Amino acid sequence: MSEYNDKIKEISARLLKECQVDMVIGFRKGSMPMMNEPCFINNAEDAAQLVWDSNCGINLANYLTNRKEKIGIIAKGCDSRNIVTHIIENKISREQLYIIGVPCQGMIDKHKINAMFEGEIQDVAENGQKITVTIDGKENALEKADVLQKNCAVCIHRNPVIFDEMVAEPVEEQKDVDRYADVREIEAMTSEEKWNTFEELLSPCIRCYACKNACPLCYCPTCFVDESKPQWVGKGQDPTDVRTFHFLRAFHCGGRCTDCGACERACPVGINMRVFTKKLEKDSFEQFGWEAGLTLDERPPLDTYRPDDPDDFIR
Amino acid sequence: MGIEPDRIHYSWISSAESTKFVEVVKEVTEKVKALGPNQHFAKHEAKVA
Repeated sequence: MSEYNDKIKEISARLLKECQVDMVIGFRKGSMPMMNEPCFINNAEDAAQLVWDSNCGINLANYLTNRKEKIGIIAKGCDSRNIVTHIIENKISREQLYIIGVPCQGMIDKHKINAMFEGEIQDVAENGQKITVTIDGKENALEKADVLQKNCAVCIHRNPVIFDEMVAEPVEEQKDVDRYADVREIEAMTSEEKWNTFEELLSPCIRCYACKNACPLCYCPTCFVDESKPQWVGKGQDPTDVRTFHFLRAFHCGGRCTDCGACERACPVGINMRVFTKKLEKDSFEQFGWEAGLTLDERPPLDTYRPDDPDDFIR
Repeated sequence: MGIEPDRIHYSWISSAESTKFVEVVKEVTEKVKALGPNQHFAKHEAKVA
């Protein structure tokens, strides 16, 4: 994927030089391995800072909310779907955007790689499907397929769904992936088992809200967790409040979540809160035939009514 | 979510359907009584040593 670098720099420099956009949102190398950081590039000379590799898991659509200027944005499959969602929800207009589409081959899971090794990782380099992790000067070889982020391993929309220019030919989409094995496992549990599973899942949560800050859907000016009149949810680490936060956040993402994995990636304690959003994603698909962010021409299921909407639960 | 399915009921009752309202309320009450008090999503006082 890193071969896209030159093309991204070239397109971005051109857009800025020709004043087609006021800035380009992309990634530059972070100060730590596997942590590329989002950056705003304002002039053509700085476009050389832009990078692309398997550590660009942050969802850049997050930086578009209510922006007024013309923006060039680097978008992989999931970013592009969140850009569509942003446009549908009037958080940015299509005319303001020049979307530089990047066919994605998956991002690597920094939690997983960190957990695989003892000691501090000094460098993570990639060459095609090979990942080389350097620790204490010693190189360890990994296969990228083994260390993909969990959401990337089951991704079926790697190519951008909306773009003005692509940096490369589309990649082949993954077929025959079982997207919801983990959700089905939980669905099969009794309510008591579910309760205990979630209790365990959420027990490490420190309420840092990294998940909601990384999420492009969480753009409310005041989040319900921060409201004080009324205070919907307690602010501490009481398990009831932690659970209320995670459940409500997931429900707010119902029919909107693209499973970009930004929340899980951002979590400092490695909670897989994606099981909640994935359940809603599965329901949206099964009950309404809806996958978020694929088209600008259709309204999401939660803001439309259709006479054939499922209503078996009402008696 | 870990909440017992019988604790939550959805129904559509018109203002003209008084008998249906009574039926539904009776049934909901019976089912929830059978489950007993809700233990989940309830905050318990911190245990002081």
